[in-house]
Amino acid sequence: MKPPAVAEERTVVLEVSELTVSYGKVEALHGLALKVHRGEIVTVIGPNGAGKTTLLAALMGLLPADGEIVYLGERQDAGRTVEKLVRQGMTLVPEKRELFAEMSVEDNLLLGAFDRYRGGHRDHLETMDEVFDIFPRLRERREQMAGTLSGGERQMLAMGRALMARPKLLLLDEPSLGLAPLIIKDIFRTVAQLRKTGVAILLVEQNARAALHVADYGYVLETGELSLEGPSRELATDRRVIESYLGLGGRQ
Amino acid sequence: MSRSARPRSVLVLFIAVLLAAPLLLPEFYVTLLNYIGLYAIVALGLVLLTGVGGLTSFGQAAFVGIGAYTTAYLTTVHGVSPWLTLPAGLLVTGVVALSLGLVTLRLSGHFLPLGTIAWGIALYYLFGNVSALGGHTGISGIPALQLFDLELRSGREFFYLIWAALLVIILATRNLLDSREGRAIRALKGGSLMAEAMGVDTPRSKIVIFTVAALYASMSGWLYAHLQRFINPTPFSLTQGIEYLFMAVVGGVSHVWGAIVGAGLITVLKQWLQDLLPSLLGKSGNFEMIVFGVLMILVLQRARDGVWPIVQRLFPAPPARARPVEAQALPRRPLPAPGAVLLDVREASKRFGGLVANDRMSFRVRAGEVMALIGPNGAGKSTMFDGISGVDPLTSGAVSFRGERIESLPARQIARRGMSRTFQHVRLLPAMTVLENVAIGTHLRGRKSFLAAACRADREEEARLLSEAAAQIERCGLAGQMYELAGSLPLGKQRIVEIARALAADPCLLLLDEPAAGLRYLEKQALAELLRRLRAEGIGILLVEHDMDFVMGLAHRVVVMEFGQKLAAGLPEEIQRNPAVVEAYLGGVE
Amino acid sequence: MDLQIALLLGQDGITNGAIYALLALALVLVFAVTRVIFIPQGEFVAFGALTLVSLQTGRLPGTIWLLLALGTVIVLIDGSIALRDRQFRRLPMILLLNCGVPLMLGGALLALSPAGLPLPVQVVLALMLVVPLGPMIYRLAYQPIAGASVLALLIVSVAVHVTLIGIGLLFFGAEGSRTLAFTDISFEVGDALLQGQTILVVVASLVLIVALYFFFERTIYGKALRATAMNRTGARLMGISGTLAGMLSFTLAAAIGAFSGILISPITTIYYDSGFLIGLKGFVGAIIGGLASYPVAAAGAVLVGLLESYSSFWASAFKEVIVFTSIIPVLVWRSLKTRHVEEE
Repeated sequence: MKPPAVAEERTVVLEVSELTVSYGKVEALHGLALKVHRGEIVTVIGPNGAGKTTLLAALMGLLPADGEIVYLGERQDAGRTVEKLVRQGMTLVPEKRELFAEMSVEDNLLLGAFDRYRGGHRDHLETMDEVFDIFPRLRERREQMAGTLSGGERQMLAMGRALMARPKLLLLDEPSLGLAPLIIKDIFRTVAQLRKTGVAILLVEQNARAALHVADYGYVLETGELSLEGPSRELATDRRVIESYLGLGGRQ
Repeated sequence: MSRSARPRSVLVLFIAVLLAAPLLLPEFYVTLLNYIGLYAIVALGLVLLTGVGGLTSFGQAAFVGIGAYTTAYLTTVHGVSPWLTLPAGLLVTGVVALSLGLVTLRLSGHFLPLGTIAWGIALYYLFGNVSALGGHTGISGIPALQLFDLELRSGREFFYLIWAALLVIILATRNLLDSREGRAIRALKGGSLMAEAMGVDTPRSKIVIFTVAALYASMSGWLYAHLQRFINPTPFSLTQGIEYLFMAVVGGVSHVWGAIVGAGLITVLKQWLQDLLPSLLGKSGNFEMIVFGVLMILVLQRARDGVWPIVQRLFPAPPARARPVEAQALPRRPLPAPGAVLLDVREASKRFGGLVANDRMSFRVRAGEVMALIGPNGAGKSTMFDGISGVDPLTSGAVSFRGERIESLPARQIARRGMSRTFQHVRLLPAMTVLENVAIGTHLRGRKSFLAAACRADREEEARLLSEAAAQIERCGLAGQMYELAGSLPLGKQRIVEIARALAADPCLLLLDEPAAGLRYLEKQALAELLRRLRAEGIGILLVEHDMDFVMGLAHRVVVMEFGQKLAAGLPEEIQRNPAVVEAYLGGVE
Repeated sequence: MDLQIALLLGQDGITNGAIYALLALALVLVFAVTRVIFIPQGEFVAFGALTLVSLQTGRLPGTIWLLLALGTVIVLIDGSIALRDRQFRRLPMILLLNCGVPLMLGGALLALSPAGLPLPVQVVLALMLVVPLGPMIYRLAYQPIAGASVLALLIVSVAVHVTLIGIGLLFFGAEGSRTLAFTDISFEVGDALLQGQTILVVVASLVLIVALYFFFERTIYGKALRATAMNRTGARLMGISGTLAGMLSFTLAAAIGAFSGILISPITTIYYDSGFLIGLKGFVGAIIGGLASYPVAAAGAVLVGLLESYSSFWASAFKEVIVFTSIIPVLVWRSLKTRHVEEE
């Protein structure tokens, strides 16, 4: 995880246009367009049920999607699978964490490097040390079963496990979900630090303030469509964001 | 399901062909048809069990064996009349099936088939080793059946008995599936949780179909014994049990007629392969099983529904019928006076391992009001619903419904007391029509049981139930979709079907989990209008919803949850101005 | 029954129990990873034993034909997929793995005249012939419907089982056979005679169990299998595909099955269909463990072996009846332990 060369700073990692996802006859996402650069944190915020998790599932190949997805300069075709995308350095930290509950923290992390190991890279111990430096808490708990961790530690482990794959694009699905404010602060501070490693981060959040605080750029997702976008500092003060959450505006 | 949609003339033609067959065909084919009939009777039980109910058994041959051995033993050793040994065999089979079902049906799905394998083997060895049953040589000298003065000695005479029996049970099975209990059975596969919440006793339904399938098999065994007049353990082995399942799957495991098609195909194919393969391979043995095995794998991979749907396409069903005729309205539950406390939740907690999903939640819902439960994702709202409705009981705390404690009752008992709900993740049966789905909601408002349904003694009640379901569908604005398959509707409409189903139960408290999700603006307005009318009638509504416009325009009171706890409670406008709520939704970091 | 007979029966029971335990472990593994109830497990026992018999008696084992046939079908399917997706680079590997290796094996069999080879080489050859059938069967029968319900997968299992039984009859004939004894040493312990073969079976089973333990606890592939069993989605997100896990667990199950068959073939006459009952007794053990717990499954399987052995003394005709009805109290016990069961 070396700092990126300055020249590469604006390399586009992910570019999506006209993305549409349907469950049967129902469109869950309609005509989305977004862009993530190298070393950049982009957030998609929006209220419950707006389709945020669906967006990440579609990007990760867990759901079929229509539209154009260009990842690392390559147009994704219908044959894209989770496994292929993992191999190409895309990693998702899911909303439900999906840890291996009856395995130790260390084994969970190790499996994060499974695909690299299979591809012939044997640097997992080194990477694990780097992850432990990012989350010292995990080093203390390395022998402990993942299922016995607290909520915050679980989120750290999920993120640490994802980092073990040395991702180029990290998709984070509601890292704040169900966590107390102090821990959320901690997690987001770490997310902000990760930017220095050069990884591109797409952060999906309901917790708009926390997300906009760390992100460079933000999109607001409302009932399947992107309604607002802009540099996160601007969005943070936009009245319309609050309205879309609490229904104060009285749409239509 | 294939029910009376097909032209009656096809059935009449089929019966005519059957009547003529023994008169025209040579002996060999009559014998073949006899066996097809016997096998189809067993396969029909598996259609009911596997295709409809989502359970399975490899041990049906053992039940055939019980029927056959009961009559063989009683008629040869004790000289009992065969007409008395039929009920005796059914009784023995019923007792065995009931006890086996009670043991295995409580466990998750795959323990039943594993149990039936073990039990199929055990019984096979038992038949072969009990000397009273003739050991491996079996029992011979079984008397022929006597019908008044006619002794059924030849295969031609027996043919009519077998096929009459088969037709009768096919019609009875079809009737059963097209009834109140039948809908409950059809909900077992993929809808048990929903069915329980609508008041269906799903363990009972499972045991009933398991027993019925066993009884069919037993009847086939009785017929077999008197056709052959000699039995030994071989036809009751596990291999034969597996073959019965193959018949059902190849024919079309979800269709009653698939049983006949499957039995016919496998029997004829077996006959042909048994001639062909040994000469082809230069060895003798049951090589047809290789072909059957590969065939099965291909059917399951490529055409899970078997052959029947292909046959069905030859006889296209007539288009959807008109609305069920108006029947006498069902009696309604007296509603409590407006303002009376319907639901009183006190200190309700739910833990999943170390995770506290609901932490000492308390609130009340009154008759004639809309109470909204809101909060960010993962706050524990749906868990609260599951706790109240008994779908996933609370860890601690008290829930009173109309003054009665219900927190330890199962979902179906709570439904019986007048609470009805919808689900966040829609739980409809996609292959059933909207009308049938909604009719499941009326389950507790009918009484007619399996037997009445099988012989169509339930038609008057059924008309009333369907009429009620239709009325609720119309009320919810889905009259045009009544005969469409529920799975073909857009998600928003499916949510409305869920509401209609809940209303069909005639509730006094309605629990709605995100009813407006996926609806368009006008549909939301129509839904809000419907809920206002229900409220005015005196029904209490507990609502979980994320669309704040919708909630704030409808609710009398709002409770906000965060981290499983009650964060705030009050009138909608108070909640919207409450800084803690704004923090909870938008996040309070820096 | 005097003490000597009791010891003898106990020895018998533990020998069989050790084999059932191995099979029970394989069954739990396959179920946990793929949700497949692996009814054909027993066929690998029979195929392993009878392939070794063929090698020792100088016949060409029919298994090689099965290997070639399955390999060819896989090449046709995977090859056409690779052509469709224009992934021409994959073609040589597909060909080599599925057709090349079986052809080389066949060539080796013809060239070597295995009957004269030392026993360990014969055993290795037999394993090489039988074990690849596991992943091949997974590829052809299960992978296309890997997401289907447990029930559909179970019916596929039964279909695979009857197919393999038929093929076994075709290849090996209806007569039973035994392989040559690995050892004819025996020890006297007090009054009883302890057979070297018995000790070999028990020791080999224990070694295999320990090896499996190390595989699951110490290697990344073993951990990946456990991870898949624990959390399928989580594993997928780490790049551990269901196909990989399925292939791997079927390879292990096939290896355990074939190895078990080779272990018992000197002491038990094996017929083409003997595997089924042996496998099912492993199942009774696995069910005692709820298809989830490895140690309980292994212990249960040893118990089944003992029950079988003693009931063959007391009521030999009803041996199978007793063993298989013993599953009913087990199911009663399990059903009392389970609360509510959610649909799939």
